[in-house]
Amino acid sequence: MKHLLSINDLSKVEAISILDTAQEMARVSDGPMKKLPTLRGRTIVNLFAEDSTRTRISFEAAAKRLSADVINFSAKGSSISKGESLKDTAQTLQAMGADAVIIRHGASGAAQRLADSRWMSGAVINAGDGTHEHPSQALIDAFTIRKHLSKGASDLIGLRVAIVGDVLHSRVARSNVLLLAKLGAQVILVAPPTLLPVGVESWPCSISYNLDEVIGSVDAVMMLRIQMERMSELFFPSAREYSRYFGLNSDRIKALKPDAIVMHPGPMNRGLEITADAADGARSVIVEQVANGVSIRMAVLYLLLAGSQEIGTSL
Amino acid sequence: MTQVNYLLKGLTLPNGSKSDIEIRDGKISALDASLQKAVDVTEINLTGSVVLPGLVDLHTHLREPGKEDAETVLSGSMAAAKGGYVAVSAMANTSPVADTAGVVEQVYALGQSAGFVDVFPIGAVTRGLLGENLSEIGAMADSRARVRIFSDDGNCVFDPLVMRRALEYVKKFDGVIAQHAQEPRLTIGAQMNEGEISSRLGLKGWPAVAEEAIIARDILIADHVKSRLHICHLTTAGGVEIVRWAKARGMDVTAEVTPHHLLLTDESALSYDPIYKVNPPLRAQRDVESLREGLADGTIDIVATDHAPHPAEAKECEWQEAAFGMLGLESALAIINQTMVATGLMSWEAVADRMSYAPARIGRYLEHGQQIAVGSVANLSIINPSQSVRVDRDRLASRSRNTPFHGMDLQGVVNATFFRGAPTYLDGKLTPQGVR
Repeated sequence: MKHLLSINDLSKVEAISILDTAQEMARVSDGPMKKLPTLRGRTIVNLFAEDSTRTRISFEAAAKRLSADVINFSAKGSSISKGESLKDTAQTLQAMGADAVIIRHGASGAAQRLADSRWMSGAVINAGDGTHEHPSQALIDAFTIRKHLSKGASDLIGLRVAIVGDVLHSRVARSNVLLLAKLGAQVILVAPPTLLPVGVESWPCSISYNLDEVIGSVDAVMMLRIQMERMSELFFPSAREYSRYFGLNSDRIKALKPDAIVMHPGPMNRGLEITADAADGARSVIVEQVANGVSIRMAVLYLLLAGSQEIGTSL
Repeated sequence: MTQVNYLLKGLTLPNGSKSDIEIRDGKISALDASLQKAVDVTEINLTGSVVLPGLVDLHTHLREPGKEDAETVLSGSMAAAKGGYVAVSAMANTSPVADTAGVVEQVYALGQSAGFVDVFPIGAVTRGLLGENLSEIGAMADSRARVRIFSDDGNCVFDPLVMRRALEYVKKFDGVIAQHAQEPRLTIGAQMNEGEISSRLGLKGWPAVAEEAIIARDILIADHVKSRLHICHLTTAGGVEIVRWAKARGMDVTAEVTPHHLLLTDESALSYDPIYKVNPPLRAQRDVESLREGLADGTIDIVATDHAPHPAEAKECEWQEAAFGMLGLESALAIINQTMVATGLMSWEAVADRMSYAPARIGRYLEHGQQIAVGSVANLSIINPSQSVRVDRDRLASRSRNTPFHGMDLQGVVNATFFRGAPTYLDGKLTPQGVR
């Protein structure tokens, strides 16, 4: 495998190897010498055509801990904001000798376009493309769930995970459904029917419109961000009604199984999909998800760029 | 130009019988199984090929005026001749829009001076394609371009009152409204067929109902005012059902299907390659099957290409940034051969109807769509159905390269097109003939 564009690019074995490698990387990060020399002399470009400070910083930290040179290329003030095409941007990065491009883009499929075109030859890592996928975030979430709940198993067999909220517009949800199912977990999508895509029946998960019916039976509940503009697009009547039916509040926290965890990929809309006490309570692993982000992204960069080009064969 | 006479040897007529064809003074002068070569004719051996009445396209984007980097009337006419066509219908969404007599006369004249096919301009239904005020429909109908088809293609005539008035108004000169059926509110930002594939790709869905709701509405309006409605590029199984229902009740509605909707499905979007991005979108396999069935049983009256050239940069980009549309003229007949004839769904007689007689009838193109008979204008399209060819986007007559069939082996090669008795396309060469 040369790129990480979609969870579909990974076999179960490859996905587990990323999680295992991330565990090693976490150990390094906790030690006295945080930096590895592995990617010294390699150039990694953060191509962020859509703003995302969190994801960009996470990838940047990961690349720097592996001693790579990092170039940040963001939409604001760059040639992209002047209307440069993806093709021209890619050819520019190729000419500058980028070994890998981490791309965040508002258009679904932008990462795959970059990888399939002959515009550049480096590795492409999808850091979120439109409403398609965000594979590194799903790997972070699987890593976090495994760490807390798998009781030493390398996969997630037997665990139940609810993903709650705006599935229709969520790349995090798409990647998580694919990855968690691949790792053996049962995934339940919980959302109002307006926020589930037509065709969702074909996904490897089950569907519920009722959070209260689901909440007591899951090991992890993952809340998705609700954007305020969805209201004006008629997806639900009001923020209050959304929170009442689909928000995670203290009553629903009480209904959770004793060791169940609360997750959110961030950034949160406190008071809408999650209340402050749910976000900051003892069940919450939201801050830990961020910390795990660096380890996962180190693992991905390491496996894609160090030595062999193949994740599968490098392990 | 002195008229050359021809003897075409070894052809198979649409009805399956073998025949030679002699052409004199632009007309078919003799038709028989073994004609003797007269001294003043040029003989062309076409053994193994099928001859069809010259093909007529009712849905062609020639891009001139305004987007000559993508196509011109000349380059589009050449692509048409190479594809077996003798007449095309230039859609109105040019810049400026073809909503005045001046623009349609200009396009018509460009077609005449190109000399490869008859270019019949389609007039816009509404001024600027904005869906609000009727364009100069009467003036376009009375102009030298003699416009009979009106369409806002690219946009749907969404306002039901505007649609009603347009349908009523064109009755004055036996015109027809060709509707691009797309409910705009149900397709805001839509990128591809709404279904399993769009759900996985995270591309905004384009529901079948957005097309079907307008088809149903307009059939009812047209029937109420007793006018002629033509449905552009039908793509869904449900749309076929609605048209079938209307025809069973004797309503005066006609419908078209494009070659690409008869062959490709929304699975091609899995590549995110916008070469497959088209309006209306590629649908599911069961839709493809319904469209084939509908074309075979006559529910769908005609094949129309929706030939939509775009410059390279309009497709070398992200899917959602890319333009809608694909080329069609040069591959249409091969695709119909492959999907409809080779599969046994349709005879060549039916192909002649769907690609020549019926479109000429709908457009009221008087010299076109004539039976292959002595005395008819010698507009002929000749295809070798057993030969196959690999599509190469770098070897097209069109000025653009956006064919989704690049690299595919299509079965059926057009080897000659005769336009008013002279070959516009023969032996791989394009020659203007009908310059008036």
